[in-house]
Amino acid sequence: MTLGDSAFWNPILDIAVAVFLALAAFLTLAAAVGLIRFPDPLSRLHAATKPQILGLIFVVIAIALGVRSWTVLLLLIPVVVFQLLTAPISAHMVGRAAYRAGDFDSETLTTDELAPDIEAAGRSDLPGGQLLDEPPRSARPPRTRRPGPAKGRRGAS
Amino acid sequence: MIADAVVADSLVAVAIVLLSVAALVALYRVIAGPSLVDRVIASDVLLTTLIIVVGTEMAINGHTRTIPLMVALAAVGIFGSVAVARFVSRPVPESSPTQEGEL
Repeated sequence: MTLGDSAFWNPILDIAVAVFLALAAFLTLAAAVGLIRFPDPLSRLHAATKPQILGLIFVVIAIALGVRSWTVLLLLIPVVVFQLLTAPISAHMVGRAAYRAGDFDSETLTTDELAPDIEAAGRSDLPGGQLLDEPPRSARPPRTRRPGPAKGRRGAS
Repeated sequence: MIADAVVADSLVAVAIVLLSVAALVALYRVIAGPSLVDRVIASDVLLTTLIIVVGTEMAINGHTRTIPLMVALAAVGIFGSVAVARFVSRPVPESSPTQEGEL
């Protein structure tokens, strides 16, 4: 049995596959435990992002090792790339939605850089505060409108 | 050799149990809430768990037939979160006139 022998490598690769699968499953469970244990949506968002990239990379490695094929690894790279591209966007959108809805515990924040910006922009729904009197629409500068949709979509809907 | 197989099999069994528990816990958070954002985050975790389960099944059974499913799930998983997050907002008192025509 030499180093180039597949009989030497097969058991090692099988164990490596199992280890990667167990790591991915552990990360997924960690995200789920974070969902239960953490107090507010922003910290739950932190826990939820753990398996999205690293767990997926572990599973992809496990699949490629299991079938011992570079072609399969090449096929699986788009999965990781798509997650790398889309996970930050959705996390940003959800986090901003949680902030705007006031769905978080402002006591747990160490710094809040969005609140001064919102205040400077003249918006009324400050986090944790009550609704102030909105200035009339014509008095507001253009950028104080809703931050969500683009201007073209507003006109279309 | 046999010890190797036992180690690998028990690790795989542990992985399956962890994934099942994770999916159930995420489902609990989807049902329990309390807020809409919590449900969105939990359904995102559930989707990620689903992708990982599909991949784990491929790795265990040594086939590659469900790779397109993984690609599709990873590509379109963002839409649910973004679509819902777009419409989350602080509840506004009914007397407020500024909500009219904003959406």
